[in-house]
Amino acid sequence: MGRSTHIALLRTWLESRGHAVLDTGMTRSVLAGRGIKEAKQGHTLGRLTMQLFYATDFIDRLENEMLPALRAGFVVLTDRYIYSAMARAELRGIDTGWIRSIYSMALVPDAVFYLRISSPQQLVERVLSSGRGFDYWESGMDLHLGDDFYDSFIEYQKRMLKVFDRMSSEYGFHVLNASRTVRSVASDLRRAVTKLIDEPVTPGEDNVSQLQVVRDKATPAKSTVKVLDLNKEALS
Amino acid sequence: MISYGQHQFPGKLFVVEGTDGSGKSTQLALLYQWLKAEGYPVFFSEWNSSPLVKDTTKRAKKRHLFTPATFSLLHATDFADRTERDIVPPLKAGAIVLADRYIYTAFARDVARGCDRAWVRDVYSFAVKPTVAFFFRAPLDVAVDRIVSGRPNLKYYEAGMDLGESDEPEESFTIFQGKILEEYDRMVSEFGLTVIDATRSIERQQREMRLLISQHLKKRRGKTH
Repeated sequence: MGRSTHIALLRTWLESRGHAVLDTGMTRSVLAGRGIKEAKQGHTLGRLTMQLFYATDFIDRLENEMLPALRAGFVVLTDRYIYSAMARAELRGIDTGWIRSIYSMALVPDAVFYLRISSPQQLVERVLSSGRGFDYWESGMDLHLGDDFYDSFIEYQKRMLKVFDRMSSEYGFHVLNASRTVRSVASDLRRAVTKLIDEPVTPGEDNVSQLQVVRDKATPAKSTVKVLDLNKEALS
Repeated sequence: MISYGQHQFPGKLFVVEGTDGSGKSTQLALLYQWLKAEGYPVFFSEWNSSPLVKDTTKRAKKRHLFTPATFSLLHATDFADRTERDIVPPLKAGAIVLADRYIYTAFARDVARGCDRAWVRDVYSFAVKPTVAFFFRAPLDVAVDRIVSGRPNLKYYEAGMDLGESDEPEESFTIFQGKILEEYDRMVSEFGLTVIDATRSIERQQREMRLLISQHLKKRRGKTH
C-alpha cells in the first residue's frame, strides 16, 4: 500500500474537515492518458517519445484540472508530479536541462511528500503482494539492466532511489518513512498537511492558507498544491 | 542527449517547409522519384505520422482538447517518435531521408498559437539538423486561395479557430496563416532555410532543388575515395 492509499485517506480526511479536494495523477489526463497506456503495451516506445508523451499528459492535467481547481480554492493532491518524470528521464540518459525546460511551466508545489522505502527488496514484497507481478517499465526492462525482470527491477529501483534521494535535498522534499504501518504514515501526513492549511475557518471569512503557490501569479492566496511522490514507479 | 546541430551521420536529411498550399509535398514527391531512380536508398517521413501518437492526436482534434501548450507537446511527441524510428536509424545507415515538414512547422504554428519562442525551440532541441531545409514561400493570398478553393471545409485547428480571432473559418485561416508566414520569414536567417519561390513553375522549382541537392550528394561520394 503506497501513494494511492494515502491520497485516498488524505482526501477523505480533508473533505471531512470542509476542504474541497481534487486528486489527480500521472497518466490520468483526458488528452494523453489512454495513448500512453497503449504505447506502453508495445515495445516500440522510445525514450524521447516517452518523456514528451508524459509531459503532454502533465501539462494537460495542469492546465485543465489543477489550475482551475486551485483558482477555485481547492486543495490539489497529485499522485506523482514532475519529479517522477524527471527521475525516469535521468535514468534513461536524457539531458536534465532539456527535461527541466520542458517542465518549466509547472507550479512549485506547497509540499512534496516523499514516501520513502529504503530498499528495492521492500518494493519487491509489494510487487508480490499486489499479485500482478513485475511490470516491464517499472522494472526498467528497456534499459537492459539485468538478465530477467527481477534483476532488472532491483537495479532500476536502486538507481531510482538514488536519484530521488538527491532530488529530495535539492527540492526540499518532506521525507516520510513508508516502511511503517499505514496508520503511522497517514498520521504524519495529516500533521504535515495541517501545518499547511489554515483552520478552523471563522464564519464569513476566507480560508487563507499560509502558503502560496509561488509561480502562478493568477492563483489566489488560498490555493495550495500538495504533491505526493514516491521512489516506487507506478505501483498503486 | 545529442542536440540540434551536433549529430554527425553518414546519411543526408532534406526537409521541405512552408505554409499549407505552398506546393512543398508535390516537390518532395518528385524529388523522391528522382533519388530512387538514381539508385539512392531513400526514406520518406511525414509530419504527424507516428503510429504511437496518431490516435491521441485524432481524438484530441475531434474533441477540441488542445491548448497551445499541449498541442505543441503532443506534436513534439509525434516528432520524437519519428526521429527515433524513421529519421536517426536510416541516417546512421547512410540513407537519404526526406521529411515533409520538420521542426520549423512546429516553431511557426506553436508560436502563432501563443507559445513561447524559446520554449518551443528547447522542446525540439533533440532534433537532427537537416542537410538542407527548403522553405517554399508563397504569398499569403496565393497559399490561402490554393487551400480554400480545393477544400470545402477547413478543420478547426487547421484554420486556427482555437486562437479565437474569428468565428468565420476562412477569415480565421487567413489570419493564422499570416502569423505562420511571419514566423517562417524570421526563421530564414535564424536557421539558414533555403527559400524557394513557390509561385514559379513546378518544373523550375524542382530543377533548383535537384541542383542544390546534387551538390551534397557529390560531396558524399567524393569522401569515399
